[in-house]
Amino acid sequence: MKKSLLMSVLLAATLAACSNNAVKEKPAAPVVESSKSSQTSQPSAPAKEETASTASAVQTEVSVNPLKDPNNILSKRSIYFDFDKDEVKAEFRPLVEAHAKYLVANPNAKVIFQGSADNRGSREYNLSLGQRRSVAVKKAVNVLGAQDKQIETVSYGEEKAKDCKDETCYQQDRRVDIVYENE
Amino acid sequence: MIKNKFFLFLLLLLPTLGRAELTLEVVGGAAQQIPIAVVPFSSQAGSTQLSQDNISNVIGADLRLSGLFRVLETRGVSSQPHTLSEVKYSDWTAIQAQALTIGSLESLPGNRLKVSFRLLDVLKQNQLLAMEFNITPAQQRATAHRIADMIYEKLTGEKGVFATRITYVNKENGRYSLQVADADGFNPQTVVSSKEPLISPSWSPDGTKLAYVSFEKKKPVIFVQSLVSGQRIVLANFKGNNSAPAWSPDGTKLAIVLTYSANSQIYVINADGTGLQQVSFSNGIDTEPEWSPDGSSIYFTSNRGGGPQIYRMPAAGGEAKRVTFEGSYNVSPHLSTDGKLLTFIKQTSTGFKVAVQDLATGQVQTLSDTSQDESPSFAPNGRMILYATNVGGRGSLAAVSVDGRVKQRLKDTGGDVREPSWGTSQN
Repeated sequence: MKKSLLMSVLLAATLAACSNNAVKEKPAAPVVESSKSSQTSQPSAPAKEETASTASAVQTEVSVNPLKDPNNILSKRSIYFDFDKDEVKAEFRPLVEAHAKYLVANPNAKVIFQGSADNRGSREYNLSLGQRRSVAVKKAVNVLGAQDKQIETVSYGEEKAKDCKDETCYQQDRRVDIVYENE
Repeated sequence: MIKNKFFLFLLLLLPTLGRAELTLEVVGGAAQQIPIAVVPFSSQAGSTQLSQDNISNVIGADLRLSGLFRVLETRGVSSQPHTLSEVKYSDWTAIQAQALTIGSLESLPGNRLKVSFRLLDVLKQNQLLAMEFNITPAQQRATAHRIADMIYEKLTGEKGVFATRITYVNKENGRYSLQVADADGFNPQTVVSSKEPLISPSWSPDGTKLAYVSFEKKKPVIFVQSLVSGQRIVLANFKGNNSAPAWSPDGTKLAIVLTYSANSQIYVINADGTGLQQVSFSNGIDTEPEWSPDGSSIYFTSNRGGGPQIYRMPAAGGEAKRVTFEGSYNVSPHLSTDGKLLTFIKQTSTGFKVAVQDLATGQVQTLSDTSQDESPSFAPNGRMILYATNVGGRGSLAAVSVDGRVKQRLKDTGGDVREPSWGTSQN
């Protein structure tokens, strides 16, 4: 997940570099990623990205993208749960509210909530539990104005869980990951 | 012979296909094991069978694995009978055998074999069984399992399960493969394989099809695949998750779980994917449906009362009654074929364990000495429960008898094995 996120940032940075500086085929080095982003901080058009696959759209996204700014709460993407529970805990309210606000402000943005469970108990029950968790996050952002059509929920159950032996490890697997479209 | 060698060669070549055979070993045993001698079958067929495929070896291994037999060493015995007239009962009472199995293998025209076997009562000095089989060389293991089943049934009064099959998912080198193997782990066949998870295989009652859940479409979808033709259909690919398939006893319908209404609920669908009907209606998770053998009820896991517990409802839907009451986490219900026993996974202070509940008395017994148990299912004769557990950080299979005395476990195969289900007899 993290890897693909990084890859898409790199790709976006490459595309932005190409379109903006009209440099042909210049390979983007990872180290220049942040400087490229700051160079392109002035969006060329205010248009919302209807077709996110075009270079300019990606460039727009990259240049103003609060989702990837490590100083922005929106860059935090995981909500953790207690064993056999699907309630969103109070400590994650600010995170949920920030993403809800972002979805309201960006009605074309689409997000997937990916629910997971630790690997104890039954795979089928954990699949359902992961689903309940993703739906719990969906309901929380729905209440704050995010629309159904922006949100997809999916459960991996315990299928992506690590081979854990202690609670510190288990709790990492009991979570919902927030993944935006085209990330 | 050539075929066997070629198969071994394939095994060496293709470890990545997950065809490594599972070898079970038995730990513990029944309080009173029946001492039986299995004399190596004579072979006028000039057979140079691999020792593991030798019919008498397979019979002995099956009986030993059941935990109900003590298979005696026969090599030191001076007489090695193959026919009734060669039997000297005093040789067998001397090593305290109560039962004796003898037999032979003969070549027949057309590359066929005649297998003859007899089961003898050493104390009463009489014949309990005598049988002949006309088989192809490839059917030797299957025939050995059938003979072991006959011996088992004659001496214990219960049906044997050596000629049945199991299914399980093997994860190896980042690939999942759904496999079907003989009950002793031999002859594994890959049914389907995928880079994405495969879970919850379920046998059709006649043993010719498997329903299972595949994540190959990036979300759980239920398939039904024929083990005869290999063809498969999408049984359920509705919005959300499609999972936990369970065949009705008559094989015409399946109970499945959908998150169509956001929350996992139980539906019944025809085996061809038509006629979807919701049967459970709750605000909690309802999953892991399991039909009663008479088809009238569906047992399932639900957290409608807080933690997950096992409930029962009429198969057409209706009021659900709670079935498990001990402990705060009971999941994965499976019933014995006589409908009298329920096995499930119970969270205890020492981990997640296989438990069995007598449905008439409500009495619960925790059976396993492992602690990360999942996916229990009964052998067709109701004596053993096959389940998945974790050994050394990897998924493994184990089995335990319903009285907890006999424990079988899988020898380390290097793979990560999970989601077992015990099926019916081979066709």
